[in-house]
Amino acid sequence: MKDQSDKKRFPSSDGIDVSKRSTIKAAAAVTGGLIAASTTKIPEFLYRSAYAAGSDKPIRVGFQVHRTGIGALYGRWYEQTTTAVTKLINEMGGIAGRPVEIIAEDDGTDPKRGAEVVEKLAAQHKVDFVYGTLFSHVVIGSAPRAGELKIPYFVVSEGYHVASGKLNRYVAQPGITDVRAQVTAMSSWVMDNLGKRVTMIFPDYAFGYDHRDFFSAEVEKRGGSIAELLAIPPTESSYTKYFPRIPADTEVLYHVMVGPGVLTFVKEMGEHFGSNRPEIFGFIDSLEGVDIATPGLEFLEGTYLWEGMPRYADGYPTEHAAAYRKAVGLDENGASVDDPKSVSANSHMFGCWETMFIIKEVVEKSGYKDPKDYPALIETLEGIPGFAEGLEHPQGEKKFVGQLHQSFGQQFISKVSNGKLDVVHRTTIADGMYEPEADYTTQPL
Amino acid sequence: MNRRLTHKVLLLHLSIVAGLFLAQFFLPEYHHTNLARIMVLATFAAGYNVLFGYTGLMSLGHAMFFAAGMYATGLSVYYLDFGALSAFFLGIAAAAAVAVLFGLFALRTSGVSFLIVTMMFGQACYLTILYFNTITLGDQGFTLSNNLAPLEIGQQQFAFSNPSVKFNGAWILFSISFVLSMVIAASPLGRVLVAIRENDERTKLLGYNTYLYKLMALVVSGSIAGAAGAGYALLFSYVGASFAAILYSIYPLLWTLLGGAGTTLGPLIGTGTMFYLIDIASGYTTAYLFVVGGSLLILVLWFPKGIVGSIRDRWIKWLP
Repeated sequence: MKDQSDKKRFPSSDGIDVSKRSTIKAAAAVTGGLIAASTTKIPEFLYRSAYAAGSDKPIRVGFQVHRTGIGALYGRWYEQTTTAVTKLINEMGGIAGRPVEIIAEDDGTDPKRGAEVVEKLAAQHKVDFVYGTLFSHVVIGSAPRAGELKIPYFVVSEGYHVASGKLNRYVAQPGITDVRAQVTAMSSWVMDNLGKRVTMIFPDYAFGYDHRDFFSAEVEKRGGSIAELLAIPPTESSYTKYFPRIPADTEVLYHVMVGPGVLTFVKEMGEHFGSNRPEIFGFIDSLEGVDIATPGLEFLEGTYLWEGMPRYADGYPTEHAAAYRKAVGLDENGASVDDPKSVSANSHMFGCWETMFIIKEVVEKSGYKDPKDYPALIETLEGIPGFAEGLEHPQGEKKFVGQLHQSFGQQFISKVSNGKLDVVHRTTIADGMYEPEADYTTQPL
Repeated sequence: MNRRLTHKVLLLHLSIVAGLFLAQFFLPEYHHTNLARIMVLATFAAGYNVLFGYTGLMSLGHAMFFAAGMYATGLSVYYLDFGALSAFFLGIAAAAAVAVLFGLFALRTSGVSFLIVTMMFGQACYLTILYFNTITLGDQGFTLSNNLAPLEIGQQQFAFSNPSVKFNGAWILFSISFVLSMVIAASPLGRVLVAIRENDERTKLLGYNTYLYKLMALVVSGSIAGAAGAGYALLFSYVGASFAAILYSIYPLLWTLLGGAGTTLGPLIGTGTMFYLIDIASGYTTAYLFVVGGSLLILVLWFPKGIVGSIRDRWIKWLP
């Protein structure tokens, strides 16, 4: 097995050499500081005056947020990011000269309540758009109502449900990549660097099946093979009985566990393998909000994780990423500046930031004034080829496929080193592209 | 006329049915759809009330009947292109079949044992839906809006996305279950069920086969719950495993307790009160579940018979 500790062996897609981090980091710190300083403390009367050219009537964005239920950790960070980006957009003069107002409603991470919240935001609060949903079942439960109400519904979910064509033309996911693209992008690196005989451990529900189906298909396509597929029921609290089923010839163990059982999972995996383990690759979804240095996670040392956007500041030291982190309130370790123990969900929440800027862009490009302009707004979105990296898109450039209502972007692979995450590779946008299976543009508006 | 089905009782029920129908012409858009949802969920609670309120059998597995109706309807539309009506009746039949099968085993127990068995069956049903994820699409579930053809009656077509179709569909569903509850409550069957609730052994001594009556109550209860599940799938276009989870077995219990177990009006009042308690409280505080919990605590301590049960006890003795 190759030694992956040398960072110079993982050049990134856009030519930023990871070894040049320290120089870039210093530049980013200075620039980021300047940008943040210029954007975080503008007196209200100044940006109020910026609206004079437009209407004073605010753009109302309905935020369907997981404040309670299984998605509460993500919801808290989604809310913090949304607050930060809204503040920034308002300081920049709002959207099309109109101030932005967020109306948040908790959906309890429940699809039934989710549909009711979409209804409430649209019919009672009269919002212009509904935005921000993460958990797939809530998106799928809410999307039909958004389609019936004919209100644009911008989700930040990373599920494949949008691009699969299962939903409707009013639903879009332009600010975050979907799990199929993530898995597809990971496959070549895993196969080239870790091994070709893979055992997958995944939760026995839809999120796990997306990984199982798309990753195993990519493995077969690239000449590798699946040694075993281990689905873990959601009610499981101990995993020891599953580890003996991992075949001895496994070169890579691919895990994507989600939920409170992850600490037990890692601990028991360590007890099973000891020092003689295969290469291990996983998705950070299970560890969002969890400090990698948490006692019990030591076994992850030297293993690899997918990240949507690096948790640690030195993982992607660009000026825009620094400005985004400053505005959201993240320290160098990806935790809250107010509480170092409160670790962020940075691989997902950047999608809120980017989606809000996309709403701004399509409103301004389409000339949206009120709900009668929804068809023009959606057609404008479908015609946008992508989004350039910048303060609006700190995670990186995006290619937007209008027929799928889905963005594609770069992904990160990080190695756990000394209880931290060290980015060792960035994929290109092309690495995650796949053949479209849907075309929303043929549906009537 | 049955002596318990007095003119007053009949008039009250028909007035409520008529009032709900007329509400669609006055309610603002948001509350219009809310009431449609409440009526579908109140149908679920009405089904639960037949078993819990009248027969005295507390179940923590009623989500399985709701899910049986929901999935039979949803899957037949999604995979087999069934029309709305045939899918709906298939949903009821599936729930009834599950209720018969379940009852044959579970009714051999009683009291706390029955409660535990219902919970275990309910969980088994939930896990079965997850297990056959290639068909049921697991926890994410699926939508019906791309597959469901409008309902055709004569030359008329009724699209389920139309708010009036949602409302009137929910109204018909609830009205049938509501009137059925009233008829059961006033019928000799209802009296036997109440007798079983009050004292199973004495009812047996009077010569009734209580096992059969309980099975009958369970099948009626499960079928009504299944009809609500089927109705929810058609009217709100989503089918998902979360509706089979234990929370959706607890909900009808709470709605029924809040409204008043063993009252025909209780399920509607309980479901509506809980819905708006959550809806309004969530607008003021993120701790809205604390408000809901506190309200339930007050109810249990001072109004153990629920809203309608307390009204019946104190003021309107003739409420069924």
